Amino acid sequence: MLKFFHRMASPKYFYQFAGKLIPWLGVACLGFMLAGLYDGLLVAPTDYQQGDSYRIMFVHVPAAWMSLFIYMVMATAGAIGLIWHIKLAEVMAISSAHVGASFTFLALVTGSIWGKPMWGAWWVWDARLTSELILLFLYLGVIALYNAVEDKRTAARATSILALVGVVNIPIIHYSVEWWNTLHQGPTVTKFDAPSIDLRMLIPLLLMAVAFKLFYAVVVLMRARCEILQRERNSGWVKELVRASS
Amino acid sequence: MTDNYPVAALEARELTCIRDDRALFTDLSFDLGPAQVLLIEGRNGSGKTSLLRILCGIRMPETGSITWNGGNIYRLATGYNASTAYIGHKDGIKLELTAAENLGFARSLGSPSGISLSAALEQMELGGYDDIQAINLSAGQKRRLALARLLVTRSILWILDEPFTSLDTHGIAMVEELITNHLAKGGMLAVTSHHPVRLGNADITRINLSERSA
Amino acid sequence: MTTANLSQAFMILLRRDLTLAYRRRSEMINPLLFFVLVTALFPLGIGADPTLLREVGPGIIWVAALLAALLSLDMIFRSDFDDGSLEQLLLSPHPLSILMIAKVFAHWLITGLPLLVVAPLLGVLLDLPGAAIRTLLVTLALGTPVLSLIGTIGVALTVGLRKGGMILSLLVLPLYIPVLIFAANAVATSGAGLPVEAHLSLLTALLVLAVSLSPAATAAALRISLS
Repeated sequence: MLKFFHRMASPKYFYQFAGKLIPWLGVACLGFMLAGLYDGLLVAPTDYQQGDSYRIMFVHVPAAWMSLFIYMVMATAGAIGLIWHIKLAEVMAISSAHVGASFTFLALVTGSIWGKPMWGAWWVWDARLTSELILLFLYLGVIALYNAVEDKRTAARATSILALVGVVNIPIIHYSVEWWNTLHQGPTVTKFDAPSIDLRMLIPLLLMAVAFKLFYAVVVLMRARCEILQRERNSGWVKELVRASS
Repeated sequence: MTDNYPVAALEARELTCIRDDRALFTDLSFDLGPAQVLLIEGRNGSGKTSLLRILCGIRMPETGSITWNGGNIYRLATGYNASTAYIGHKDGIKLELTAAENLGFARSLGSPSGISLSAALEQMELGGYDDIQAINLSAGQKRRLALARLLVTRSILWILDEPFTSLDTHGIAMVEELITNHLAKGGMLAVTSHHPVRLGNADITRINLSERSA
Repeated sequence: MTTANLSQAFMILLRRDLTLAYRRRSEMINPLLFFVLVTALFPLGIGADPTLLREVGPGIIWVAALLAALLSLDMIFRSDFDDGSLEQLLLSPHPLSILMIAKVFAHWLITGLPLLVVAPLLGVLLDLPGAAIRTLLVTLALGTPVLSLIGTIGVALTVGLRKGGMILSLLVLPLYIPVLIFAANAVATSGAGLPVEAHLSLLTALLVLAVSLSPAATAAALRISLS
């Protein structure tokens, strides 16, 4: 097992291994996505309050889950990179940032679309949406910092610190926003955590959640492969790869 | 003389430094012991400053290790800092503080030697400038003020990046004498310089970074 | 003579930064003027109706304080970075995180404390009741050090960058949100005559957390930025 990790830490081996893994993950992702969409759009029953408009939940909720999940992955990978100086962890951290920001953006957009029939407005300062917006800013900060630092190793280490600071702050921000929300709006209808959810709605939700996780895995591996090629462009194996393919 | 430095040893093993995808140097190894000088030569951009910054512990080498008396310098951290003094391109002088205040600050944060501030200023021929704000000093005087830090702190290893910049011939001779005294007490020196360094019959190891990478 | 101990080193650095601030005191006044000016802009923008001002006043003053704190952040390392003093601090035989606390403390004394002095004046301008002004002072006393501590991490990450300023605000402002929420709300709540112990304990908790965690993060960030 340890040997496996050691080999994985070598960029060349990771590049090849990820290349083989991506098609399999991609197919699995497609399968789950189709099943989830079919189940969610056609099989799950219509909500007695919200009609069919609730069905955007099958995209919105998994996207919101992913936005937080990816931030945690990014910070963990960043910490590993900082502590053990593993380049691959740095690459994974920064590759995750863009995907995480995209999911956060998706959660915001779908939340806003869902909000229109629910609240009659595109944007309501709902606690979840506000937290999601702040999370988007945290992601954008990480990406901006990475782009601003010229030396990419330094950039990766700096963004790792920022991601760790962010991880400490996310629960505090989340708590403060919830608290602010209850003070300013009183108890609103919280559509997101319904006390009980119909099993026929839960299944497509979970299917979509798995599909999104797989999608993240595929995209992050693709980005990481790209990043590795760029970083290792002067090393022997990359030059050989280019020669072989041209 | 009784104020000789304790015996110490610096060992660098297989250092590699990469900057912007370019390997500045690879597998660089050397030892430095009491009364020895490491003279780093090379063209502009060959990595001289990077090597010095790696030696102080500001920068991490891509691979390789540096030990001080057998201990990794990153583990020793502040313990290693107590034995070293670094004068880089930037003087590290606050323009709004007087010469004596600048020097006093450096002394109180480092490991003070027995030499008084005014004696150190005197020796660097800055006597009478004690209460002058550094903003009024010339470039050469500022450089001498920066180098005076070496006198008021007691550091075994001096790491000097182009110490002779902005100094006139008299100033250069002054610094060379400073270094010779330091070596005589068993001190060590790692230095880059565009000027020829005249240190009498000192034990000098030369590393030319341009030749290595070519 | 032996090496100064930690508390001596702390005091030496604190005294140096305060001396420097005194010698370029004209610079120090800018964030303070900014604080007053921004607050004074709001009545001009939204109308000077006293009830309206009383309602939005706490939020306005705190947002202005946040921006003033952000504006002054760059000062903390700029000259030390430019003249090479920062790398000397990095190489001093003292733990960098402790030295960072000294720098942040000095910075707060120079830029945070003056905000407290003018805040009552701004409270009067926005027609805040006496209780709210007293709470405003307490929240500023607890909150502005947190802003300095968190902000310093951001500065440490961006100090070597040419266009660090814009990025700094993107990095730091989202992290300022909890302070803004608790502090502005405390002022508003006490203006309504309600107790604010909960708010103040939360702010105190944030301060304790920031004091204990941010110096190490700042030190790590500086080492990366200077490498």
